[in-house]
Formats: sequence, structure tokens, C-alpha cells
Amino acid sequence: MRITCPICGERDSREFSYRGADVALHRPDPEAGEAAWDDYVHLRDNPAGETRDMWYHEGGCGAWIVVTRNTVTHEVIGSELAAEVAR
Amino acid sequence: MGDLIAKSACDGLLPLEIGGATLTEIVFDAITSVAPWRGHEQAVSDALKSQMGAAFPAPNRSTGKAKSRAVWSGRGQALVLGPPLEPIAGAAMTDQTDAWACVALEGPAARDVLARLVPIDLRDGSFKRGHAARTQLMHMSIVLMRTGADRYGIMALRSMAGTLVHDLETAMEAVAARG
Amino acid sequence: MRVQGRGLVDRNSPVTFRFDGIAYEGFAGDTLASALLANDVRLMGRSFKYHRPRGVLTAGSEEPNALVTVGAGVGQEPNMRATVQEIYPGLEAQSQNRWPSLGFDLLSVNDLAAPFLGAGFYYKTFMWPRAFWEKLYEPVIRRAAGLGALSGKPDGDRYERAWAFCDLLVIGAGPAGLMAALTAARAGLDVILADEDARMGGRLLAESHEVDGMPGPDWVDSVLNELQAMDNVRLMSRTTVTGAYDQGTYGALERVGHHLPRAEKRPLETFWRIVARRSILAAGALERPVAFTNNDRPGIMTAGAVRTYLNRYGVSPGKAVTVFGNNDDAHRTARDLIAAGVHVSAVIDARADAAVDVKAPIYKGAVVSGSSGRKQLESITVRSGGREEKIATDCLAMSGGWNPTVHLTCHMNGRPTWREDIQSFVPTPGAIPGMEVAGACNGTMTTAACLREGAEVAARVAADLGKKAKAADLPKAEDDPYRLTALWHVPGKGRAWLDFQNDVTVKDVKQAATENFRSVEHMKRYTTQGMATDQGKNSNVAALAILADATGRGIPETGTTTFRPPYAPVAIAAMGSGATGKGFAPERKTTSHAATVERKAPLIEAGLWYRPSYFPQAGETNWRQSCDREVGYVRNAVGICDVSTLGKIDIQGPDAARLLDFVYTNTFSTLKLGRVRYGLMLREDGHVMDDGTTARLGEHHYVMTTTTAAAGQVMKHLDFVTQALHPEWDVHLISVTEQWAQFAVAGPKSRELLNGLLDTSLSDDDWPFMACGEVSVAGVTGRLFRISFSGEHAYELAVPARFGDSLFRLLVARAEAMGGGAYGMEALNVLRVEKGFITHSEIHGRTTAYDIGMERMISAKKDCIGKTMAARPGLVDPERERLVGLRPAGAAKQITAGAHLFNPGDAPVRVNDQGYVTSVAFSPTLGMNIALGFLKRGPERYGETVKLVDHARGVETLCEVVNPVFFDPEGGRVRG
Repeated sequence: MRITCPICGERDSREFSYRGADVALHRPDPEAGEAAWDDYVHLRDNPAGETRDMWYHEGGCGAWIVVTRNTVTHEVIGSELAAEVAR
Repeated sequence: MGDLIAKSACDGLLPLEIGGATLTEIVFDAITSVAPWRGHEQAVSDALKSQMGAAFPAPNRSTGKAKSRAVWSGRGQALVLGPPLEPIAGAAMTDQTDAWACVALEGPAARDVLARLVPIDLRDGSFKRGHAARTQLMHMSIVLMRTGADRYGIMALRSMAGTLVHDLETAMEAVAARG
Repeated sequence: MRVQGRGLVDRNSPVTFRFDGIAYEGFAGDTLASALLANDVRLMGRSFKYHRPRGVLTAGSEEPNALVTVGAGVGQEPNMRATVQEIYPGLEAQSQNRWPSLGFDLLSVNDLAAPFLGAGFYYKTFMWPRAFWEKLYEPVIRRAAGLGALSGKPDGDRYERAWAFCDLLVIGAGPAGLMAALTAARAGLDVILADEDARMGGRLLAESHEVDGMPGPDWVDSVLNELQAMDNVRLMSRTTVTGAYDQGTYGALERVGHHLPRAEKRPLETFWRIVARRSILAAGALERPVAFTNNDRPGIMTAGAVRTYLNRYGVSPGKAVTVFGNNDDAHRTARDLIAAGVHVSAVIDARADAAVDVKAPIYKGAVVSGSSGRKQLESITVRSGGREEKIATDCLAMSGGWNPTVHLTCHMNGRPTWREDIQSFVPTPGAIPGMEVAGACNGTMTTAACLREGAEVAARVAADLGKKAKAADLPKAEDDPYRLTALWHVPGKGRAWLDFQNDVTVKDVKQAATENFRSVEHMKRYTTQGMATDQGKNSNVAALAILADATGRGIPETGTTTFRPPYAPVAIAAMGSGATGKGFAPERKTTSHAATVERKAPLIEAGLWYRPSYFPQAGETNWRQSCDREVGYVRNAVGICDVSTLGKIDIQGPDAARLLDFVYTNTFSTLKLGRVRYGLMLREDGHVMDDGTTARLGEHHYVMTTTTAAAGQVMKHLDFVTQALHPEWDVHLISVTEQWAQFAVAGPKSRELLNGLLDTSLSDDDWPFMACGEVSVAGVTGRLFRISFSGEHAYELAVPARFGDSLFRLLVARAEAMGGGAYGMEALNVLRVEKGFITHSEIHGRTTAYDIGMERMISAKKDCIGKTMAARPGLVDPERERLVGLRPAGAAKQITAGAHLFNPGDAPVRVNDQGYVTSVAFSPTLGMNIALGFLKRGPERYGETVKLVDHARGVETLCEVVNPVFFDPEGGRVRG
């Protein structure tokens, strides 16, 4: 599997480590309440199809990236820097 | 009081010459990481130019020449290899002189050796002289530079110098054994 | 036998080799199979289950029968295909799965028992008693059935892996592949042409046709010469592309050393990862046998293989050859043999209307219904119009048609498409993104059409990649139509073999259908059809045609089994190459490593680091003596320990303090310059991630210390926080773990030691507990931290790593002169347990700040990672297991880590569990075993007695629950 790091270019997936859904980007307010925090920390969709998840270019430049990919076809549709998405 | 004696990262391990490749240690007077604060990118680059004659490198590139080089080393960060730097306002600077084992892999077999260890595209059209990459050599995180037609600079964590030399030596032997 | 005037082997280079101990001669360019056939050796193996005598069936990597072991001892390689193995001077090959010899195999009695051993026999027979499964049945069955064996010793051969990148990967160098590579390369694409054969050319080396007015092999050479001269082309022979993976990644196995005498440093195989923007599969087709009674005798092989042996190797597999087929292609075999002067006994074509232009006895509308000869074919039976006739022959060339090699197109869940006209499956377009198909593997069956399709597909790929290919001037070649009528099975008594290697017959497949294993996947597993090392390449299509017939369905509805990588067998050694021994993981060594090894300290692994366990001295007979002594250094004098392995992260920028306040539970923005503070870090779910000290070196400059184990995790976490949660912060991180060699100088004499070494003098006023700053060590600028992990007056002194070796030796020498010395991980652990300091034994991922008694460190004044979730009622429930100290209270003094805690009167079972022990040490300071652990309502239970039970080690004892700080609870020593 190959993933494009927006900084380094296309690389083998061994250079990246996986974190999970891009839900991780949307940290709730401390006062957002139990349900919001439960969603943030514990609940994840398991889509058959397009998904957006977080990868860390650990064996590369150290960028956190958001990868859009398809869990059925394995197509990697695109990737963005988490720092850009979160801004 | 005894004096402290300096030992380089690859002390006792190099040089090596096997088949069409040689591996030598490079010891820089200083290695300094430079990361410009937000909004100070141009000023830091200018300061580098005046201090060591090379601009702050773009991602995946190095600037300067052998004894005075700046190599991109990650998001918003470069390593200056060679001259010690005076502090630059608006830049996070860290002494990294002793943090890295730096080696040069050279010779007609150099690229074939790297192809056994490094998972990136090293073809002439993709990785030219002046190009740099943060990638892996086997399981190790490295800074890789192409510094000549048949010459590459490799930087790995100092504590892994033994493994770096071992992995390169194994690949050099395998390439040489093909004849 | 050799045929004069034929073949591409080098008759001027004779090669001597041995098979089953007998020396034979072949020529350079021979495979083991061709050289043995040249020496009239037909019997090359025994089948898996029935131990039937077998000879070669094919001339390629799909060979099911002729598997041999090459070499002997440590380096022996089992299951090498004789049809692939090239001969070299000194090659030693052995036949397999026979005892005592290939010619006389005792277990061939299985063959006589065959009526009882059909499909499902094992499943039905070896059911009872259950106790026999593993003790009796499995060992006996495994012994009886099998292939070659490994030596059982560690593999001494080298294997390697490598990466390659290209615009276009062409898989297969037959007519289609060569034409594709040539067209693409001329258009300027970076091309890799990979072919599994030692010599490129595919069927052009095996056929007698002309291409472009010259013999096929000459045309191949002309193309290869042109390709070789181009900088943008890489030719990879002996390289099997084994799998197609995501985003244009392909696995390929190159045989580097199998065709040569062993050389110490040369890898045997290279496993390539090839990354290609596009690929063209031009893998050709494999000929299929026909199932008839006793179609497995040595001497019966595919018609195409006979042509390969004749035209490429100059060998006739028989003196009187019979040809049997259902298609026109088979006739070529007879014509080539006759032209070479080999006697053709008969040509038998199953089609009544076939046009057969061969000067030999011809049988149309006829089939071969049987054969005789045990270790060597002696005759076949022809059935024609209800009459049967015996023909004496020592070789039968059979053809049931050709199966396109669709395998790689199915590796990403694709299914092939049935084509009725050629009675074969062909690739479904688009099955692998970026892969095109050309030639026989696409069902294109004439040489001319293959050449044309190769050129056309390559031109299309070039255009897609922005290059323009010139209109190809196509070489002239044969364009005879490929006509066939389906013929899967000749009905008759006796066993008609489908899967030669796994001994699956037509009857077995029909029986599977009868027993309702109607799905092709069920039939496969019930009969083991296609589960041998050839993965059914020779037999799957025929087997599912028979299943289709038996179940009253068509072949396309029956479908195929799933094709998975690898296409051809790949040794685990090749896939895991480079990752054995020192290649398994990097070794991280501290600057004191050499001095540590000189002192004969046993090393323990801490993550990737190697750290000293203890430093033994003369007269000490066990580690405890060394450890106790080293603890004494620190408690009574001064000890030196390399602590460089702890993670150190330099944090700079206008928002550095903000970051620290957010990732630590406590506050760092208020930390004074030149001071150090202990910090606790949580995960977002409220559990403890890591702890450590952070020093403030400047207004916008901190250096954070992490535990050795969590250094990487913390760096990743800080990167996540600064990029994904707060990209607006201006803060810069870089690891400085490797920059500094850092040593703990710990004990009541630590200041005295340092005062003799540093250029400045230390005092409590200038250097109070938790102070830090720059110091000069023999003229070298270093960093000094007054911190302690032992509870003693202690410092950590850091210098640039190049001076680490020297400083360590100096510190240890000085400590020794003061009644102290170096200490290792064992003593370090005892010292911290005595003080109740936690490590990842305690913060193991399930503990909270509350559990370790640090809930007050979660600042109420600010948000931090993990704060909200840490406040969940379940995470601050007083019933939770919380940190306590334990010491022996009963007669038995042993305490073990991992033991569980119970109330004294309770049975030691799960429902009564009260907690567990995490760390244990013998404290020489207190003269007893002490432990840290977690106990329900722990801090409320000091003074109580609990029962400690370690079921794994058989330990049961009583313990007193105490404050986890065993030694100097007031902390006077660290400040003194």
C-alpha cells in the first residue's frame, strides 16, 4: 500500500503508523458533556467505502496526515496535512 | 583532572570498501537544527545565507556544499552541517552535533546498495543531486541526501551507528557478490 | 535422449551433476529436468499421498511432479522444481518422498490401498478416539505423506530484499512482453521487464516458428540486445512476479544463487518490491493435461513441454512419441519431432473433424483411454469408435488446450471471465488498477496476435503516461488459428488424475459433488485439489469443469477458487530476508557500552537499547550480591548510572509553555528558569501515559524527559497535539536523546564527586534540589540537573555524546575511589522501589492518576489532555485498585511480581481478587523483600494483612499493606 505524504510525496505504507478515524481532530470542549467525549474517545464508524483516517509519517518527516481512502477497493483517494485540516 | 576524549559515532567501524562501494564516516564541526518561528522564515533563511552561505532548504532538498550544507530534516526544520552557528533571532536552534552518525556511501554500486535498504525511488529522475529525504534504512529513521552522481550522505541516530554500518555492509557484500 | 542439431544449450560446455548420487552430464543451459531426460532418466519423484512413480509433466515453474531437494545438510533446499533448477558443476539433487529409494519406495503400498484412501478418507476415518488425533494419527499421516524436508538447522544461506521503481513493469518476456517492453522503452518509459525463466523469450525459445524471417530465438536476441542498450530498461530474468498489491506494488522473487555453486556472501534469492505506475501482464498460458485412466505415468507430459525439451534443450523425452490432443496446437509437437528425426508413433485428435497435417499414423475422433508401464510409460490404449487398440510408446505428449495465466489479475479480489471459444478463463479488464493484459494470458493465441497486442497495449500505456509511441512495425509471425473442442476427461475404469501432486482424481471430485460439497471452494478443501505447491496451475480448470458437469452447472457459474499471492512458491526466508539476527531490529547502544562490556556487565534489552543489568565483581557468585553492593554505593557513597536512554525532547517557541501545560496534568508555564519539575502525562481517555521531569532552560525553551520505553510514543503524541489539535501554536520539537550522554551521579557523596570534576563548585544555595543549568566539565560544556530517582542527594550530568565514553570512565573511577562505583538496572530498580517511585510496571496503561495517588497533580485551573475523561466516576472510584507497598507478614518471605492479592480468609479465585503485585525487590537497605502493587481501596488499608497468591509459581504468603514509600518517607536525604 502506498500513501502520499503531502510533504514527502508517495511512500510505502511501512513509513507510516496508523491512528484511526479523523474524529481525533475534533476534540470537544472540556464542558461538552459525557456524550460528546464518549463519541470522541470511544465511538468510531466502520464504513464499507470511503473513510478518512489519521496516519503519522513516523519513518519520514513526522507529519500527521489525513488520508481519504476506500476500504472496499483499497483506493487511496487523497491526503492532507492534519495541520491544514485542523486549522 | 583528566581531559574528556571525544569519540566519533562510527569510531572503530569505518571506513569500508566492498566491491563498487565505499563507506566512510563524516564528522562535522557542528550540526545545528534550525526551525524558524512563524513569520521568520525569510529572515532565518537570510541569516543562514550570511552565516554559512546557503539558504534554508525547501522540503526534500539540501543547499550549500560539502563542508557547509543545510539539509531539510522534517516539517519546518533543517540541519546545518558544518560550521557552528551564531544564534539567530526567531529560530529554534538546537545543538545536534553528537546526535547523528553521518556516513557517505560512494561508488558505482552505491544506488544498488541503497535499493536493498531504503524504500524510496532513487532513480535519477526522482532523486537528484541536491535532493534529500526523511525515510528509513531497514528499520531506522534516516536523513538521506544525494550529494553527487554516485555519492549519498546518510544520517542515522548515533546510538544505532553499529546497526547502520552492519546493514550497509551486508548490502554492500550482497551487491558485490553478484559480480 | 539428445537430438542432434536442436536446442539452445551450449554443447561446448558440458556440466557434470549428480541425481540421487549418480553422476550425469548435461550442458550449460540445461535444467535438471532436461538434463535428466537427455540421460533417459524419466522417474523423478513420488506423489504426495500414494507415492506413485512420477516423471516431469511440464517444462516450467508449474511443475507438480519433479520436485527435488538440492544440496544436503544445513543448506539443503527442498521442493525445488527440476524444470526450473538449472544445472551447474557440482549440483547435487535428491529425489523426495520415497524410502529407501526412488525406484523402490515402501510406502507405495498406499497406492494399493487407494480404493480406501479417496477424498474425505481422513476426515471420515480418523475421528475416534479423540486422544489419538495429535498423538497417533497426525504424526503417522504426516510421515506417510509429504514433500522434501528442511535440515532442521538454522538457515545459513543469505537472502535479501530490494526495492525497484519504474513507469512500466512488463511481466513475462515472451512475444507479447518483449514487444510491449520494446514499444514502451522506445517511447521513453522507464521499463522493468521481468521473466521467471533464466533466458527470456517465453514460447519463442520452445517453438520452431520464425519471427520476422529469422528463428524465434534470434529475434528474441535482437530485441534483448536493443533493450539492454537502453538506459531506461532493466531486464530481470529468473524473476517471478509473485503478487500484485495495492497502488502498483508488486512482489517478485529473483533466483540469484540457485543456478550457481554456493558462494558465502551471495544471496540465494532476492525478494523485490517493485513499484510501477503501470504494468502489463504478459505471462502467457499454461497447457492443461487431459484426465484419462493412468495419465500420470513417467513419460506422459504436456505437448508443449515436449516441444520445449526438443526445441530449447535438444532433448527428446522419448524414442517413440505419441501425441494426443483436442486442438491444432498439439499437432506442432508431432511436426517438430518428425522434423528432428524422432519417431512419432501416432497422432490422436479427439475431434472427428480435425485437419491433421502430420506424416504419422493419425487417429481422429479418438481418445487415449489408458496406459501401462509402472516406472516408465510402455504403451497407451487408443479408443476410437468403440474399439480399443494398444500402441507401444515411451512418451505421450498430451494437450487439453491452454489456460491463460490469469493469476496476478485476481490478486486483488478479481474474478476471471470464461471464454467459450477457447474454453478458458481470461482476465477481467480492470481487475488490478493500472494493470493491462497482453498476449496468451489474455487469450490471444497466435504469435502474430501476441506481438501486435503487446505493441498496442504498450502504446496505449505510453500515451496514458504522456509519452508517444511510434507506430510499431510488427514482425511477421505465425498466425494459425487456435481451434479446440473441450476435452476434460476420458471416461473409463481406474483412476484419472487431475492434481498430480496431491493425487486428486476425477472420481474424488465427483464424490465431493455427491457428498454435497458443490461449491468449488468446498470441493477444493474436501479433495485437496489445487492445494499442492503448484496451486492447481495444471489442474484447477479441469477439476471445476468436472465439478460443473457433476453438479449440472456451467463452468462460469461454478466459478474458480480464489487466486492468492504468491504465484509461485516463495521461501519464508526470502520474504523475511534481512530481518534475522542483527537485522531483526536496530541495536541502540549508549556511549558507555564499551566500558560496560569491558566490565562484563550482563546486558538487558530496554526497548531497542542495551543497558547493564549489574556490574559483577570478583568473588560474587550471583546477581543479588552485585545488586546489593551497588544499592549500597548509592545509599552510602556514590553510584554512577548511564541514564542516556531516557527520552529527551527539546521544546522551543513562543507557545512552548502552553504546550506543556496542555500535555501535562500540572503547570509548567510557572516553572522558573533553571528549575526542573516532575510532570504527569495522561492519555485522552484519562489513563496515565508517561511521567518524567521537564527543565526550563530559557523563556521559550524547555527540555522534556520521558521514560525510555515511551520516548517514541510521547514524541508522536506531542506531534499530534501541535499539528492536529493546536496547529495555531508556534512551537518546535526535536529529540535530543542522542545528543547527550547523561549519567546519574547519586548518593551522599555525589556533590563531593562533582565538585572535584566541575569547573564550578556546587552548593545547596546555588544548586538546590530540582535546579538545573550549564556547567563546564573539564572544559566541555554540559548540563547538570539536580534530580533523583533514588531518593538520595543526586545529580544527572549530561555532556555531548562524543565525550560520553570518556566521562563515564572518569565518573566511575572517581566514584570507586570514594567507595562507590557503577550501578546497573537491577540496583536502579531496587532504589526506586524502596522510594515507591513508579515505572511502566505501575503506569502500565490501565492505571489513572488517582490509582497512583497523584490525582492532586491534575490542575484544576486549566484543561489538559485526559482531564475530562479522568474525572469519570469509574476512574476515581475509591473501590479501584490503588498503589500500595507490601512487605512479608507471614512465615514465607517470598513475594513475586504478577501475584494476586486476596483477603486472608478468601479462596484465591478471580471473584475474590483484591489486586496484584507490579514490582518486587529485595531491599538490602531494609533487609527484606518489598513490593509495589495495586489493591482495592489500597491507601485506606495500611496495616492490614492480605494474602498473596501466585498460581503460576506456586507461591502463597501473607503480606502487610504499607505506604509505598518504604525508605526516607520524609524525603530529607534528597534535599540534604
